[in-house]
Amino acid sequence: MSSQLLSLAIWLPIFGAFAVLATGSERRDAMRWLALVVAVAGFLVTLPLYAGFDRTQAGMQFVEQAPWIPGLNIHYLLGVDGISVLFILLNSFITVLVVLAGWTVIEEKQAQYMGAFLIMSGLMNGIFCALDAMLFYVFFEASLIPMYLIIGVWGGPKRVYAAFKFFLYTLLGSLLMLIALIYLYLASGGSFNLLEWHQVRLEMTPQILLFVAFLVAFAVKVPMWPVHTWLPDAHVEAPTGGSVVLAAIMLKLGAYGFVRFSLPIAPDASQYLAPLMITLSLIAVVYIGFVALVQTDMKKLVAYSSISHMGFVTLGFFIFNQLGVEGALVQMISHGFVSGAMFLCIGVMYDRMHSRNIADYGGVINTMPKFAALFLFFAMANSGLPATSGFVGEFMVILGAIKFNFWVGFAAATTLILGAAYTLWMVKRVAFGTVGNDHVRQLSDINSRELLVLGLLALAVLAMGIYPFPFTDVMHASVDNLLKHVAVSKL
Amino acid sequence: MKSLYLIIPFAPLVGAIVAGFFGRAIGRAGSHWVTSLGVAISFACSLLVFQDVMAGHTFNGTLYSWLESGGLKFEIGFLIDRLTAIMMIVVTFVSLMVHIYTIGYMAHDEENWPVDSLARTYSYQRFFSYISLFTFSMLMLVMSNNFVQLFFGWEAVGLVSYLLIGFWCNRPTAIYANLKAFLVNRVGDFGFLLGIGLIAAYAGSLDYFTVFAKGKELAAATVELIPGSSWALISVICIGLFIGAMGKSAQFPLHVWLPDSMEGPTPISALIHAATMVTAGIFMVSRMSPLFELSEAALSFVIVIGAITAFFMALIAIVQTDIKRVVAYSTLSQLGYMTVALGASAYSVAIFHLMTHAFFKAVLFLGAGSVIIAMHHEQDMRRMGGLRKYMPITYATVLIGAIANAGLPPFAGFFSKDSIIEAVHLSHIPGAGFAYAALLAGVFIGGLYSFRLVFFAFHGEERFRHAGAHHGDHGEHGHGHHAEPHESPKVVTVPLILLAIPSIAAGWFIGPMLFGGYFGDAIVIAPEHGALAHMKESFHGVIAMMIHALGTLPFWFAVSGAATAWFLYIVRPDLPAVIKARLAPFAWVLEKKYGFDDFNDWFFAGGARLLGRGLWRGGDEVLIDGVAVNGSASLVGRFAFVVRRLQSGHIYQYAFSMIIGVFVLLTLWLNRT
Repeated sequence: MSSQLLSLAIWLPIFGAFAVLATGSERRDAMRWLALVVAVAGFLVTLPLYAGFDRTQAGMQFVEQAPWIPGLNIHYLLGVDGISVLFILLNSFITVLVVLAGWTVIEEKQAQYMGAFLIMSGLMNGIFCALDAMLFYVFFEASLIPMYLIIGVWGGPKRVYAAFKFFLYTLLGSLLMLIALIYLYLASGGSFNLLEWHQVRLEMTPQILLFVAFLVAFAVKVPMWPVHTWLPDAHVEAPTGGSVVLAAIMLKLGAYGFVRFSLPIAPDASQYLAPLMITLSLIAVVYIGFVALVQTDMKKLVAYSSISHMGFVTLGFFIFNQLGVEGALVQMISHGFVSGAMFLCIGVMYDRMHSRNIADYGGVINTMPKFAALFLFFAMANSGLPATSGFVGEFMVILGAIKFNFWVGFAAATTLILGAAYTLWMVKRVAFGTVGNDHVRQLSDINSRELLVLGLLALAVLAMGIYPFPFTDVMHASVDNLLKHVAVSKL
Repeated sequence: MKSLYLIIPFAPLVGAIVAGFFGRAIGRAGSHWVTSLGVAISFACSLLVFQDVMAGHTFNGTLYSWLESGGLKFEIGFLIDRLTAIMMIVVTFVSLMVHIYTIGYMAHDEENWPVDSLARTYSYQRFFSYISLFTFSMLMLVMSNNFVQLFFGWEAVGLVSYLLIGFWCNRPTAIYANLKAFLVNRVGDFGFLLGIGLIAAYAGSLDYFTVFAKGKELAAATVELIPGSSWALISVICIGLFIGAMGKSAQFPLHVWLPDSMEGPTPISALIHAATMVTAGIFMVSRMSPLFELSEAALSFVIVIGAITAFFMALIAIVQTDIKRVVAYSTLSQLGYMTVALGASAYSVAIFHLMTHAFFKAVLFLGAGSVIIAMHHEQDMRRMGGLRKYMPITYATVLIGAIANAGLPPFAGFFSKDSIIEAVHLSHIPGAGFAYAALLAGVFIGGLYSFRLVFFAFHGEERFRHAGAHHGDHGEHGHGHHAEPHESPKVVTVPLILLAIPSIAAGWFIGPMLFGGYFGDAIVIAPEHGALAHMKESFHGVIAMMIHALGTLPFWFAVSGAATAWFLYIVRPDLPAVIKARLAPFAWVLEKKYGFDDFNDWFFAGGARLLGRGLWRGGDEVLIDGVAVNGSASLVGRFAFVVRRLQSGHIYQYAFSMIIGVFVLLTLWLNRT
């Protein structure tokens, strides 16, 4: 119990958020600088997690344990392994960018805006390191509240519909997950300890029921086809920062749930239902790829592109080989950078034009050359160009899929064409061509703050594309362990 | 030695970074100096490496480990052997010439941009940055010792090609062409990636030599892609890889992007879309010769695709009037020749033609560019004519390029093209007979379109004199229309001359390159594919080969092609129109380019959008949202009609009631047990 790093990663942003709220929107400069300091500090405390991580160990590290509700045997139990540690870093990094991105554009209730993001950052770190199921559940559900607020307060005109749709989708899943958790509590003889659950022996029928209960909860979050339709609406209504966090982190929660709950708790059901999962994933890749092609709203297009890319994540998990699972994890991190950057780029344009319609643009490169260069760079990463992070995960999953079954790999590889088509066609219509109208003519190029935010992401995308070794190196032991665990029947 | 290998690709990369990010600080001259210097260093080092390789030193080593997963090692590393060395020299030499040429060609690039565009300001620097970045990517591709880096380079050259075709990004045709090029290439890469994936899955490695060593195992394995029919794994792999080559090297039916790529500035048409990038596919298949040799089916596929490309694309060149497009279709045809050579297991001949073609096709493109500058960005040959007396150097070099392209001795193209035809003639691969016929016919057409270009643009009536009124729409070039065309500056003509020299002489190295065992172990040929060995027996030196050729069909086909061009465009310039009118349906098919563009636009682009719209409106909006989501929502709504007052629309109330619900459920469950 020597280290409290995980607790720091959770609570530093949350308590920092209260300080930000206390400072108030009136003292704008002090408040936003404080928010930035909190976000940066929140990121810095996660760095030792990576530096001090023991790559040879598959188990949980930086473990913290304290009784929380002793009557129900619920513990404040935290820890990370090679699967979860990178997401804490990613989340804390993205938070810094989100604070920077909201620096000037948010004019109403800015303290509450910054506060909401910082609280959400802490809660999501909690999700990634909670090892007690109840603690996980509390973080998992609590993280929705700031997101509701962000969409509801700073969102677009149809925000109520979007929030309601999201609510409806999540409600059923959350309840089923809770029932599953309680079942497991009873089956394990009164424990909420996740690691103990991994060892609980279960018959096939309860395994399948548990798997389905978790599936409903997590599939909505990912989101998997056909429970994906809330995402484009939520993105369209959310402010830029909300979209960034939604795409970069929140979508990862569902995928993370699969590796933390579904696979190790119900390995036989996972194997049994893998064909279903693979089919749904491939539908997400192909079907959604076509849908993305015809979008007229940039945010919707990138939202659909997100769903398609997340299809690679679920695909990678359920082909049960190391390339697939590690590729999926890499894809999750890369998608965090790339989709975050895409939404930030759209935000940059929206702040100036107040339109997300592709048709309202054209020839942006003539007035915003620096921005256009970055936009094109991220678009290329979104199309999976080698030497960007977008390539690594897709490449690994496709190789893993071909190993698993040629036709699965074949269907997955169509993203090479579809991804490039919908992304670059958008770039063509938005950035290239002659100046489309007077609004575009009056655009001003990105300022140094926007350049900083996008530049940092560009560096991350490039670094991960050129040298992904440090990212996968951390995962090996834990992924190996997971695959071995899943291969052993619990029946 | 290893540091030398590093300098070769990274010197251009440094140039690209400096010119790209610090273009404002170092200015235009600084940019072209730093990039040209980088490529010059790279060229000089390539020569050193070539010398070293000739002395018998090869290298195969890892630079760093990119990734490790699932028992596979993905590494970045170099393989330097004789095949690599020749590619390095071709790439860096042509690139250096193009860098120098660009100084002249892009000198007034600001005229090509709208006046108020901010992208116009540093377009000159950006262009140099891109072509140096291209050189880096191409070198990484050819120097790779594994499939991952090959794919990196493969996609990276595609990226730069995309950036450069769309360089003048205000032109609708340019940004249509670059998207098309990227997507068509992605179709090829799709097959390429599947091939690589199968190799990874079955050979358990992506390192060239490890995979080659397992060739026999791969050849013995079968896969059941469609239940009930088992296919030879090696054939599936090789055809997958070759589909990648079809995209990059513009083979039928993935050739459609190359003619449109002419929207890019001419220097890159020479560098990327003639001399180097489009030959990446040829290089790749040669590099994979140990695998392709194991699959008769794949070789057969290769030879047929190559033959179709060589013949049918040459035909289109006859009806083109845009000077660059003639050269573009000629490039397609020549790439078809190289592909046929691959199919006939004459890999070294393909690489030999790749090299000679790089020189003479670069000359043709850069010469066309020189004409285009002189004509103030007029590319239509119908408004040229009689240019030879105004532009003697350009004329002479283009003439050299055309003769080489037509394959007449003693110019470079003769030796390589003649060897390809001979190799196909001797090959016993299924499809070789068809390929032989296609190539022979292609030689006649090659002679025709090459000399048509020369006669049409440089001889005959000076049609530009009364064409001035036509191109008032090129507003940025409004001045100087009445001035006579004049020879281009030295930065343009010197590279032309330097490229014209090997266009004549490069063929004379045929002896050592093809029959002297130059390629050594770099290329593997199965004993049963003995065309090349057979040719070696009958080769008795350059002079003997030329004399022998005088009595063979290809020579006389080329000559009669040239003579036809002379008759039609010099003696009876009124005839082409008459012939065209007589053969209207035929000409129409050629001018429509066999309808590929229209079909692709209609079927693939249109079909994809239709499907996307159908899935979106029908699937997402009607079925999922309409029936499932809103249906259950209205169900809930009807139910909630009674308790409507609770639905205040406040999110926190929902959240609150959810927490209460959770609490109630929890209690119920706990009490039950």
